[in-house]
Amino acid sequence: MLNDTIAAISTPPGEGGVGIIRISGERALDIAEKVFRPARSKDWRREGFKLHYGHAVDTVTGEVIDEVLLAVMKAPHTYTREDVVEINCHGGAVPLRAVLKTVLTAGARLAAPGEFTRRAFLSGRIDLTQAESVIDVIRSKTEASLKVAMSQLGGGLSAKIRSLQDRVLGMLAQLEASIDFPEDDVDEKSRQELRETAGEIIGGLDRLLEAAARGRIYREGIMTVIAGRPNVGKSSLLNALLGRERAIVTDVPGTTRDVIEETINIRGIPLVLADTAGLRETGDLVEKIGVEKTRQTIEEAGLILFVIDAAQGVTGEDCEIIKTVDREKTILIINKIDVEESPELPLEEEWSIPRVEISALKGEGIEILEEKIEHMVTGGRTGSPDSIIVSNIRHESALVKARGSMEEFMSLADEGVPPDLLSIDVRGAWETLGEITGSTVTEDLLDRIFNDFCIGK
Amino acid sequence: MEYPAGSYDVIVVGAGHAGCEAGLAAARLGCRTLVLTVNMDNIALMPCNPSVGGPAKGQLVREIDALGGELGINIDRSAIQMRMLNTAKGPAVHALRAQADKRLYQDNMRSVLEGQENLDLRQVMVDRVLVRNGKTAGVVVSTGAVFDAPAVILTTGTYLKGRVIIGELAYSGGPSGNFPSLKLSDSLQELGIKLVRFKTGTPARVDKRSVDFSKMTIQPGDEKLYNFSFVSGIKEREQVPCWLTYTNEETHRIIRENLDRSPLYSGFIKGTGPRYCPSIEDKVVRFSERPGHQVFIEPEGRHTNEMYVQGLSTSLPEDVQMAMIKTVPGLENVKIIRTGYAIEYDSIDPTQLKLSLENKEIPGLFSAGQINGTSGYEEAAAQGLMAGINAVMYLRGRDPVVLSRSEAYIGVLIDDLVTKGTNEPYRLLTSRAEYRLLLRQDNADMRLTETGHSIGLIGDQRISYFMEKKKMIYDEIDRLNRTHVPATSEIKSLLKEKGSDYQQGVSMALLLRRPELSYQDLLELPLESPDLPQEVREEVEIEVKYEGYIKKQRSQVERFEKLENRKIPPDVNFEDMKGVSNEARQKLARVRPESVGQAARISGVSPADISVLMIYLEQMARSKGEGS
Repeated sequence: MLNDTIAAISTPPGEGGVGIIRISGERALDIAEKVFRPARSKDWRREGFKLHYGHAVDTVTGEVIDEVLLAVMKAPHTYTREDVVEINCHGGAVPLRAVLKTVLTAGARLAAPGEFTRRAFLSGRIDLTQAESVIDVIRSKTEASLKVAMSQLGGGLSAKIRSLQDRVLGMLAQLEASIDFPEDDVDEKSRQELRETAGEIIGGLDRLLEAAARGRIYREGIMTVIAGRPNVGKSSLLNALLGRERAIVTDVPGTTRDVIEETINIRGIPLVLADTAGLRETGDLVEKIGVEKTRQTIEEAGLILFVIDAAQGVTGEDCEIIKTVDREKTILIINKIDVEESPELPLEEEWSIPRVEISALKGEGIEILEEKIEHMVTGGRTGSPDSIIVSNIRHESALVKARGSMEEFMSLADEGVPPDLLSIDVRGAWETLGEITGSTVTEDLLDRIFNDFCIGK
Repeated sequence: MEYPAGSYDVIVVGAGHAGCEAGLAAARLGCRTLVLTVNMDNIALMPCNPSVGGPAKGQLVREIDALGGELGINIDRSAIQMRMLNTAKGPAVHALRAQADKRLYQDNMRSVLEGQENLDLRQVMVDRVLVRNGKTAGVVVSTGAVFDAPAVILTTGTYLKGRVIIGELAYSGGPSGNFPSLKLSDSLQELGIKLVRFKTGTPARVDKRSVDFSKMTIQPGDEKLYNFSFVSGIKEREQVPCWLTYTNEETHRIIRENLDRSPLYSGFIKGTGPRYCPSIEDKVVRFSERPGHQVFIEPEGRHTNEMYVQGLSTSLPEDVQMAMIKTVPGLENVKIIRTGYAIEYDSIDPTQLKLSLENKEIPGLFSAGQINGTSGYEEAAAQGLMAGINAVMYLRGRDPVVLSRSEAYIGVLIDDLVTKGTNEPYRLLTSRAEYRLLLRQDNADMRLTETGHSIGLIGDQRISYFMEKKKMIYDEIDRLNRTHVPATSEIKSLLKEKGSDYQQGVSMALLLRRPELSYQDLLELPLESPDLPQEVREEVEIEVKYEGYIKKQRSQVERFEKLENRKIPPDVNFEDMKGVSNEARQKLARVRPESVGQAARISGVSPADISVLMIYLEQMARSKGEGS
């Protein structure tokens, strides 16, 4: 709590394209090193107060999350007087969050409300006369975040988390009762039974995490790419969805150069749309930057709208493109049906994906497209998302952590590790869930032991 | 008429397990000490079960021993059976438990007290604590004798306004037929001390000659010889078994039919009882689906026919007790010697104490044991030892000795009491400790002997013996890490026999980490190995085998200690603190935590409150800095 390394998004949430993740503490540089792949200077750690260009990568998969600028500020000449690293992300809200998650996975703790300011004060960075305002910041931020957290932790969700936590507590009580009351009639569960319970708890956590992912989609949107050969009508589709002119619509292939980010609301789901510069292989250097960027964008996207031109039919290039996209998250859009009838699609497996016929220019088929988008994004589970959504990153990371502890329990239980060590992970899972529900371990545990078992040799 | 009867440095009120340790510690540290008891024949009385140790409690006994207390040595000399419990549940929770010869235990302890230099014993009833100018000044006893002392340690057990209840019968009394202390708790209340009312109970004692052991399962002691104390050196012990039997539906029927006569259910008993030690009527009501409950028949000593009926603690009327007990297989013709009873008593709300066990408002007044809301001989002794030590520290104007939650169960016990209080008689459990893997019974000496030496309770001979052991352990761990085990065909086949597949050569330490191999297995390999004492081997094995977990817990401790080491000056005015919640402000003001870590453990104090507290402390420190 005093000297560990903390991280948080330090820019206000919103639509802004650039966001900053601030990491402060002894291990700030080590953590940044796990996440950051510099483009040039390998010596970035030593070059303080300079911006380093590179990429933020997922520490687990190694995949690139976003293009970033990284600033290193060495203690004591920083706001908190600790080592500070700031990661400037460019990709908008979704990658910003993904980078933060990776930073947390790499070992940082999510900062408590007002914690940077508190550290600044405690390290003497902030003047004594400001102490009260620091307290106010902590107080108001805590209250605000509590309010948000409470509202996000709807009744249904909180009941679900509590019930999982309760099952974890049951396991813990089982282990602890047999340790603390070895000569009492504690009906000991076999390791197999404990593992089964752990498996069910992991399943429950997974369902909550899935809900978390859905919840995030509703709140932060899903990164969407409109893909397709040049001039199949991608910009027109964008305009049709936007309902207004945004990208330049032209017949010259490759004129939509910049990746334009725009958020549109489809049935309550914010689609964070990146228009593309076309996927055609090109020798034009300027064009190429756009194409590479597009490839990367497609890989990171949560939804791909793949457009083909009915008038031109399915070309060889289309066949190449469809091989590169993840079909699980792709909708095939056959555009310009006002000009020509929908072509026969090739029989190869990759073409068997959801499809919609539209005329982007005339606005035909757009409604059906919206329906398909909603269905694909929510997996058919629409309706009132609020009751099951885990949308707070603090909650989500607690669920992930609890899941990790239960997984660890499963593997140790297999290796024949004794109960005193097994209980460490079960307790860890319980405490982590307790961070969401706000319960304290010892008393609840004892209540449970005395409630479940007839103790009293 | 009151008259001056003498003056001492330290007065201990009560000579139970807390009082004995407190008195011995103070006297051994050179203070003129007076130990007062209502009955000289009941020094170190075990009024409840005839056993010492078990999970968490066994660890406590070894910690007491490592610090220079008496309980460990005394039980080793008085035990008639020893067992190591939890051996299959991991090294952190191995727990030694002894059956005691109660009479022998008392006699041994009494002779230690009588032989102790600087220590006087008196049989009196203390009525009042004397406070002069806001400080502790001594005690007044029922005969009018006034004993002066600047430090008083209250270790009154269940005697304060003790009330014994058997069914519809209730009378003022202490445990085991002793006199209660009727006036002292009023005197404490007059001093502003808040009291609570607790209850505990004990089962009947029966005549061994009337028990049919052929219907019971024998529970012998372990063949291996164990001792609690690291220095008692006892090498043989003749053991006496315990016996196991069960209650049945008939027992439960009798209990159910007489519940209206149970003082627990009629509301006759007002005090709060311990959940971990329920009466049989409680067990039958709460776990009605169970067809039977365990009953252990345990000897109370080698030279007595009295046997303890563990598991049948009760406050039912005597006739019901007799009917009920006779339904248990093996007890059909049993003769009861002492009837089971419940006892209610006053104890003080322990949140009124500092971590040194000194009263926050009355300098020089300490308390330890059941009066602080705990139960158990071991919990009492541990507090007695610390109160004795800290009374001396107080007299010498030195900082109190406070053990942390990460170094001893004693630390967990006292911190829990003082920080959280308790709403039932408190028993220490291993699940109350955060760093269980570090607080093992095997390493209590490694954790605390040097502390005991610096306090002055561990002598030079013992510390040099300890240092030698410590060096042997470190050297051997070092050797295991450095020694490479070649993957020769001989070694491969030896390891194969032990169920371990060995391909590439690794260090002995890595080999030992395999779950299927023990330290003993390593010794059987054709490699040179030193001949080490058993306790050294045990320590080496655990430290090496569980190194990963131990390291992980040590790093947690480092983080924990950062908050523990942030001390809160005693002059902090919590009532003035802006920005903390009302609940937190009230609780902080009441508990007056001594460190930020302790503050964080108070229920109702949130992390945000702790942030504010830290800012407040920094603000205070800086304004002081500017002022000077």
